[in-house]
Amino acid sequence: MAFTIPPLRDIKPPRWVKPSFNFSAGNWLPALIPIVACLYVGVVILLPALAVVVQAFAKGLGVFLANFQSEELLSALKLTLIVTAIAVPCNTVFGLAAATAIARRRFRGKALLLSLIDLPFSISPVVVGLMLVLLYSPSHGLLAPVINSLGWKIIFSWPGIVLATIIVTFPFMAREVIPLLEEEGWDQEEAAKTLGATDWQVFWKVTLPSVRWAALYGLILTTARALGEFGAVSVVSGNIRAQTQTLPLFVEDAYKQYQTELAFGAAMVLGGVAIVSLLLKLLVEQLMEQDKKAARLDQEG
Amino acid sequence: MAVAQPRLPGWFQWRLPSWPWRFTWAYLVLVLFLPVAGMLLKAAGVGPQGFWEMATSPEALASYKVSFGVAALASLVNGVFGLLVAWALIRSRFRGQRLLDSLIDLPFALPTAVAGLALSFVYGPEGWLGKPLMQLFGLKVSFTVVGVGVAMVFISLPFVVRTVEPVLRSLEKEQEEAAWSLGASPMQTFFRVVLPQLMPAILGGVAQGYSRAVGEYGSVVMISSNVPFRDLITPTLIVQKLEEYDFEAATVIGSVMLIFSLISLLLINLLQVWGQRYQGSEANN
Repeated sequence: MAFTIPPLRDIKPPRWVKPSFNFSAGNWLPALIPIVACLYVGVVILLPALAVVVQAFAKGLGVFLANFQSEELLSALKLTLIVTAIAVPCNTVFGLAAATAIARRRFRGKALLLSLIDLPFSISPVVVGLMLVLLYSPSHGLLAPVINSLGWKIIFSWPGIVLATIIVTFPFMAREVIPLLEEEGWDQEEAAKTLGATDWQVFWKVTLPSVRWAALYGLILTTARALGEFGAVSVVSGNIRAQTQTLPLFVEDAYKQYQTELAFGAAMVLGGVAIVSLLLKLLVEQLMEQDKKAARLDQEG
Repeated sequence: MAVAQPRLPGWFQWRLPSWPWRFTWAYLVLVLFLPVAGMLLKAAGVGPQGFWEMATSPEALASYKVSFGVAALASLVNGVFGLLVAWALIRSRFRGQRLLDSLIDLPFALPTAVAGLALSFVYGPEGWLGKPLMQLFGLKVSFTVVGVGVAMVFISLPFVVRTVEPVLRSLEKEQEEAAWSLGASPMQTFFRVVLPQLMPAILGGVAQGYSRAVGEYGSVVMISSNVPFRDLITPTLIVQKLEEYDFEAATVIGSVMLIFSLISLLLINLLQVWGQRYQGSEANN
């Protein structure tokens, strides 16, 4: 592209620039920004987080540990773990399948499909629960005849809780893995195939190792969210103590019943899980960085 | 980036799709499309007139006002402070920066019920902040609309920070130096040079935070008093309608929220495309 250089006298600063060389007014600002940022995050995020820890251990470790003799808390914990143990593997398989199926294909409506997969991120969890009730409720559900004739119980029972958890958490894995696969392209899989590998071998030996950190990252996010899901589960579970109550539901219920110690004890368990998941995330991020660096060195050497 | 197409694209090679492809679609149908279609079908069964009446009942309208209005305020607050926090994380060096960085992700990781419990304690009448605020300013936070706002601010803070951060990191310092050397004041440089480039990211983050805040249930339900016409949010109204076995009203209001999230999804995608175009043109020049 050819462009002409205007004569020097025509170059003027834009109209909005007032020539001045006094920067002293801005000197305090750069120093102020971190302070204000820390104060804001401190009040908005750190203070509530600290409150959970302080309240959980306010009356000593003994009282905190005594919470775990509560049958209701233990059964809520157990249900939460079971639900997570079902939902996370399902979503992991889906995420990997969707990534291998969608990422390297071009088809009409791909962008639409990808944003539909994101829908659970922007939809209210309560609406997710409502959808399940409208579908599977034995009295009002669209599929009520089928459900009743099969004798299944989905709403107000564990299958509903599992379904709700799955819906709320299924995009995480796909979201992490798809962009990576799109970026990396087909070359290595092609090579493996021409060397005679089966589809299954290609998946296990080439595709999965190349996305392992992203998959691990997705797995952490999925698990953390599945353990803590509240809105969708509260609509479909019926919230019966010691039966269909998950740990987050138990936190709310105990607080409403003025069992403050129990509530904060359970909240501390969930908060501990959240902190562990954050730490794991940091670790995976670092491993990812290291891998990238190694790959760069490989290319250069 | 080399995206090699292994097979002929187009309709020539029509054969049974691969197993992952079939599994993906089956799973999506079962988990996403079926529930969404079911609710829309139920909503359609109400009829246009009934739908309109229930969607705009005074109770529903009041809840929209709280949900959408307070969420808008909360995400605007976070638009400003999120930019500030991102700035502090990228453009300055200070002790505890790592801690600040990992604290930002806490609202993502912390279950909403725990957040609700923590907030309703901190801002409650006997809480760390609730008590001084009440004594000094006579401001009641817990069990009021203000509390709803506080919960929404908590929930939507990470979105702006995390969308602005990468864009801020990739900004070229030369442009700011050029503006300075042409005599622009720091304020002018910020508003005329830096801010326009960050705008798509800020708006994208605000939109994501907004859509999350509107749908938020767990933390808000614990800090608000859930009284209709005062601080009742729309998701809680849906739950209340379900508890009253008023399935039709719940369906209608749920569909309104679903339509809202579809629109916000579209908007967020458009904002992302806009942002990418911005960055792309920058890279080409």
